Amino acid sequence: MPPVVELKSVTHAYLGEREASLAVEDLNLEIEQGEFVSLVGPSGCGKTTLLSIIAGLLLPSRGEVLVNGRAVSGPSPEVGYMLQQDYLFPWRSILDNALLGLELTGRLDEAGRKRTAELLTDMGLKGTEHFYPNQLSGGMRQRVALVRTLATDPGLLLLDEPFSALDYQIKLQLEDLVSETLRQREKTAVLVTHDLSEAIAVSTRVILLSRNPGRIRRVFAIPAQIADTPPLYARDQPGFAELFHELWKEMELAGTAADRQGRQKARD
Amino acid sequence: MKATGAEHIGIAASRSEWLRSRHDEFKRANRLRKRAVLAVQGIFLLLLFALWETAARLGWIDRLLFSYPSKVFWQIYANMVDGSLWHHLGVTVGETAVGFVLGTLLGTLLAVAIWWSPFLSAVLDPYMVVFNSMPKVALGPIFIVMFGAGFTAIVVTTLSITIIVTTLVVYNSFCGVDPNLVKVARSFGANRTQVFFKVILPSSFPAIVSTLKVNVGMSWVGVIVGEFLVAKSGLGYLIIYGFQVFNFTLVMSSLIIIAFVATAMYQLVVYMEKVLLSRR
Repeated sequence: MPPVVELKSVTHAYLGEREASLAVEDLNLEIEQGEFVSLVGPSGCGKTTLLSIIAGLLLPSRGEVLVNGRAVSGPSPEVGYMLQQDYLFPWRSILDNALLGLELTGRLDEAGRKRTAELLTDMGLKGTEHFYPNQLSGGMRQRVALVRTLATDPGLLLLDEPFSALDYQIKLQLEDLVSETLRQREKTAVLVTHDLSEAIAVSTRVILLSRNPGRIRRVFAIPAQIADTPPLYARDQPGFAELFHELWKEMELAGTAADRQGRQKARD
Repeated sequence: MKATGAEHIGIAASRSEWLRSRHDEFKRANRLRKRAVLAVQGIFLLLLFALWETAARLGWIDRLLFSYPSKVFWQIYANMVDGSLWHHLGVTVGETAVGFVLGTLLGTLLAVAIWWSPFLSAVLDPYMVVFNSMPKVALGPIFIVMFGAGFTAIVVTTLSITIIVTTLVVYNSFCGVDPNLVKVARSFGANRTQVFFKVILPSSFPAIVSTLKVNVGMSWVGVIVGEFLVAKSGLGYLIIYGFQVFNFTLVMSSLIIIAFVATAMYQLVVYMEKVLLSRR
């Protein structure tokens, strides 16, 4: 079986009138079925660019992107994308919001409707189907967004800091819910986050990127006893604190190394 | 000291009673205030008419130039009875309605076209800027030559005023749609048509409806100016005609009717907006 995601020497440049900048350079990455991979790194390391490239929202300037062994040429129903905020459509009811993906991919039928309603129930949203987004709390809305992403049944989920806009307590609950849901359904996931403890708690592998341009600096495999424990309790597992400090130190180095390089460039 | 159960109930009851009485007081005060505003508004209008009437009768102002209310309302009444008012009113309201609906429709369509094609948008940009800055009324004579002195020229004058404003406002609201909502749709593989109908259009709907309100006023400007230029009937024609034959009673009565009908039309659009947006 081919890896779910395969990046082969991917380079991406943003072109503007003033300047052209390299966001990601010569990046190679393979993600296997069932993995939960987190991308972390200082701001400007191209995390979100990478996610957009895997999603097919952005075509890389150079290099090859394969999802399930096939070259990516645009967004596909095999891949689900979740953003920082829920971005529910305020003019649609909760159920209609959750059905958006099925509607856009032309797969909206009675069975899909029923499955989506069940998903809403699973996420504790029963009874809200005919509400509108402004009647729901932030945590509930993000759960609706999760249902919207899962409704098209993608094998790969791309999560772009989906918990960052939430209150701390809600964020912890949602991390548990998402990680459990994805594990049960045997989904593969890529999470972009700037919260290191979140990255360790939910992932099987954490990839640290350096910036200007974005490259893989170091890969941390998360020990099984942390990776297999639900995120909330993973934080109490032995080895968690050590891993956190190691990642933290490496992240600082990644930030300062890039700064030094930048100053060097400016002097030259 | 520990309160007994009965005391607890008593406290709760007196508290809810107190809250209710405060709420009633609050509502009563609000109602009173609303009534006071309405009363002062009415009295002010009556005083204005009374002052106008007295000033004319006592010769403080020239009766020939400014006419006076009793005569103006008598004129309106007489025109209503002999039916001539309805003809002129019908013509003007018809022109305004056509100009309003067409202007909004065509303006929105143009906005859709330039949203669809960024290239077209870039090409049209300077022309739109020039046309928008220009006093469109100045084009009146050209419209008369092109479309003849009549209904068409008046409607085109109105369109020239409403279309570009509609286009700019609606196009801006298209561009102002949160790009993340578009990203959500695109992540499901939505094409441009789907993005437009599922995201851009419903999201801009409130902006489109609110341009309706602006366009009502604009349409009246276009129609009255158009009628000044060419018409042989309509309220704008009555004003110009009254001015030419020095019948200012006719001018004043036309103005009062315009104020009345334009307000009614505006209120109708406000009501429509409420109905259309009530589900959000």
